[in-house]
Formats: sequence, C-alpha cells, structure tokens
Amino acid sequence: MAKEAPSQSTASATGARPAVVIRELTRKFGPFTAVDRVTADIAAGEVLGIIGPNGAGKSTLIKMLTTLLPPTGGTAVVAGHDIVRAPAQVRRNIGYVPQQLSSDGSLTGYENMLLSARLYGIPHAEQAQRITRALARMGLSEQAHHLVGRYSGGMIRRLEIAQSLLHRPAVLFLDEPTVGLDPAAREAVWEHVLDLRSTFKTTMIVTSHLMDEIDQFCDRIALINRGRIAAIETPAALKGRLGPGATLDDVFIELVGGGESEGEGSYGDIRRARRAAREHG
Amino acid sequence: MATSDAPAGRPASMAETSLVGPIRAYATQTYGVAAAEVQKLRHDPLELFTRAIQPVLWLLLFGEVMARVRGISPGDVRYLDFLSAGILAQSVLFVAIFYGISAIWERDLGVLQRYLVSPAPRSAIVIGKALSASVRALSQALIVYLLALLLGVGIDLDPAHIVGVVVVIALGSALFSTFSLIIACIVKTRERFMGIGQVLTMPIFFASNAIYPLSLMPAWLRTISHLNPLTYEVDALRALMLTSGASEYGLLLDFTVLAAIAAVLTAIAAKMYARMGF
Repeated sequence: MAKEAPSQSTASATGARPAVVIRELTRKFGPFTAVDRVTADIAAGEVLGIIGPNGAGKSTLIKMLTTLLPPTGGTAVVAGHDIVRAPAQVRRNIGYVPQQLSSDGSLTGYENMLLSARLYGIPHAEQAQRITRALARMGLSEQAHHLVGRYSGGMIRRLEIAQSLLHRPAVLFLDEPTVGLDPAAREAVWEHVLDLRSTFKTTMIVTSHLMDEIDQFCDRIALINRGRIAAIETPAALKGRLGPGATLDDVFIELVGGGESEGEGSYGDIRRARRAAREHG
Repeated sequence: MATSDAPAGRPASMAETSLVGPIRAYATQTYGVAAAEVQKLRHDPLELFTRAIQPVLWLLLFGEVMARVRGISPGDVRYLDFLSAGILAQSVLFVAIFYGISAIWERDLGVLQRYLVSPAPRSAIVIGKALSASVRALSQALIVYLLALLLGVGIDLDPAHIVGVVVVIALGSALFSTFSLIIACIVKTRERFMGIGQVLTMPIFFASNAIYPLSLMPAWLRTISHLNPLTYEVDALRALMLTSGASEYGLLLDFTVLAAIAAVLTAIAAKMYARMGF
C-alpha cells in the first residue's frame, strides 16, 4: 500500500513523515495541461496555503489529491496511501470541503452529519455523541435541527467542515473555504479551522484568493501558476524575496507577472478545457 | 495524530472504525444514503401527493371508459382489475425514470462530491439511491391500492401476497431508477435529461402489457414487449395483487428477470457514477 516516499526537503514542521508526497503529478484535458508535473512534500501537521491566478490549476490539483479526478501522469501519496493505486484508502483518511456547496439544503444540519457518519462507517453507538460534539465545536448546536437551506453562508461552511472532520481525517482539504463570506464569517471559519489544527494537528491544505488570510494563517504558501509550483515557502521567506515591506500581493504579481491580457487568455483556455472535460469526462 | 483525550467532535480512532465488519459497513453506507433521501421526503412530502394525481386520472378516466370495451382483458378478468396492476407499475415507472435528475441536480450543486470523496463503495451509494426510489414508489402503491378498492377492484389482501407486491415494486423501482441514473451519468445536464426521459417513458409503457395484453399486439411489438422488464413487473403484480389475476410467465421467471436486470444495471451505474464528478 503506502509507498514510502523518497524523503526530500520538507521546509517547515515536525520532521515526521510527510502527510502528502506529490511526485510529477500531471493532469491534461485534451491538449491543455491543467497541472504540470507538480512535485512537493507537505509535512504532517502543516497548514499549506495554495494561491495562484484563476485557472492556475489549484482546484484540479486538489481534485486529484482527493481522488475525485484521476491524474494523467505522476502520482501522490496522501495520508500514507497512493491516490492512483489505493483511492479508497485515501478517501478513508482525508476530509474535503469543496468550493461548491456540499451540504444538502433539504436536510437539517444534524441529518447532514448523520449521512456523513454513515458514509464513513462510524459505529452506530458513537454517532449521536460525535455529531453533537462536532456541531458544538463548530458553533452550530442551536441550529442543528434547522434545514440547512436556511443557514447563512458562514454556517454552511462550518457545517461542511464539521461533516468532513467527523471521521477524524489525517489530512483536510479546504478549497476556497471563505469564498463569498463576509469578513466576520470568514474570521469565524478560520478561528474554527485553527482551533482544529491546534487540537488535532490535522494537516491542512487550503486554497484561497485572499492573500491576507493565507499570509496570516498558513505555515507555508505554494504559489501555483500555469499548472506549476512557482514557489513554495513560508510567508516570510516569500515576502523576503522582494525585500522589506513587500506584501504577498506584491509577491503574487511579481511571480505571476500580473499582465492582465496574459491572465485573461489562460483563464479562457482553462474554462474551455474544463468545460470540455466536464462534458466528456 | 492521536490526541484522543481532546474534547473533540471526533474522538474515536481509525482503528475503532475499521472494527465494523465490511458487510455491516456496506449496509450502513447504503442505509445512510437511502435514509437521507427519505428524510428529505419527510421534510417536503408535497411531491408524493402531486405524483398521485396521474394514476388517479388513469384509473378514473381512462379505466372507466375502456372498461366499456369488451375483450381487452383476457378471460373473465374485468378490465379495471386488469388495468389497476398496470397503472401501479406505470406510476412506479414514472417516478423512477426521472430519478436521475436528482443526481444531476446534486452534481450541479456539489453535493455529489460529498458522496464521491467518502470511502463508501459506489455501488453502496447507487443501491442506497435505488432503495429510496423504492420507498417513493411504495407510497404510490398505497394510493393505487386505496383507489382500486374504492372502485371495487378485486384486490387480494392476503398478507403474503402484499409482501410479494412490495418486493416486486421495490425491484421494479430500483431497476428503473438505476437505469435513470445511468442516463443521467451520460447526458449530465437537466435539459437533455428531461428530453430523453420523456422519449423513454412512453415506449417503455406502451411496449408492455400494462394497459393491454401482449396478445392484442402485432408480432413485432410483442417481441419488443417480451424484452421489456416492465412486462415482467406487471405480470407479477397481476398475479399477486388481484384475486382474479394469474401470472402468464410464472413468478419465478418474473422475479429472476427483474433481479438480474437490476443487478446488471447497478454494476454499470456504480462504474459510471464514480466518473460523474469529473
């Protein structure tokens, strides 16, 4: 099963075996390469932020690591299991909060949790207690028996995080967890995420468009551009590249090359490629 | 990654989880999917009532008129009796055949990813969905039974036969809802699905023994009808539901055909459902 990774440099963290080992991971959609030979190690307990322009390949990368999309080349070992050879084992050990809404609006929060508990095979005797605790942890106890269709955006996000943590995953993927949330709700989501991290040392991989939250909350940042990792460093080291006083925005523009026409073009390409992939996939 | 003493929402270790036997886990996963769908129905049961209108119209309007035509139903079976089993099968079919649209809806919303990223085998998810379609279908059966009794149809109320009807409806519903799920995996948009659903429903219904016996059909249509699982569903329903009914093909063949086709479709759907998230 677990293919031992040739241990390469892991920048931060505990020195333990990496939680995620990515090797030459590639995904093509027709002639378009969305993720291009990505190689990286993510340490156990690390919070890795992934940033990059629209369509840079962030979501495609996460979909491959969560086994939703098979790679066209390379592989990765997530939580000790190979995503190509043992996808079911990977799924057992990860949590995923997708960019899209994933809680069912026509069920209550509790019923959504119950569905997750059953899908992950949590023993019947433990279900109620674990669900109640997880909802309390995410500040949703009072709304547990309300339909999720009536939740606010921030509450839905917290519920989704609670659902994806119920089975105690080693690695948690959060794809744009704060997109579309107001600042207070964003703050609350991060507060809960960091609380989980400090309690359980869960490895987290988070994508975001918001530089300040990535800067503030992540141990390391991977900047992805055109399907490749342009840089993977601590926020301080990344900003240090441009000298004192530089912000992450400056780094982003420097490395991505902020040319508007360039960004637009590649975004269009990707949208078409994704659409094609969806239709034919 | 232990720290199991934390006041957590997830205190048990992975080892504990894997103690649950694989078969029990599979059953739990299947049940979880089905239960969630039934909970949705409980929150919004209006759908069940609106769906009941169609079989009522068929029995009250079509049935009452056609009952005046002699010689449609075989032997001395009253036409309304003959028809009631067919309409029961039809209402099950109509509910099941559009079931795939909910899968497309879940895909568009993102709820599908919640299923696909879970360790539940895809077949457990597909069977769970099919079971929930069967529950919907059984609510239809209740309405058709009540109406048929009101219309004086000779309904067989022997408990063993009622259990038989429940099994036939569950199988038929699972079969057609899984077929519907396969179509949904292929077309992937609601618009295309609605078009295809309409195109499929009528031929399945008319090329069967639901509202007239195969003996009235031209030979080519009779051949097609013999390949139609709905024919075997109706045949079993007639035998089990009516005091005057008898099976033409034998219940064993009826059940075998329905179960075999349902099993094959489930295997295909499980393969395709896994790819639906791409």
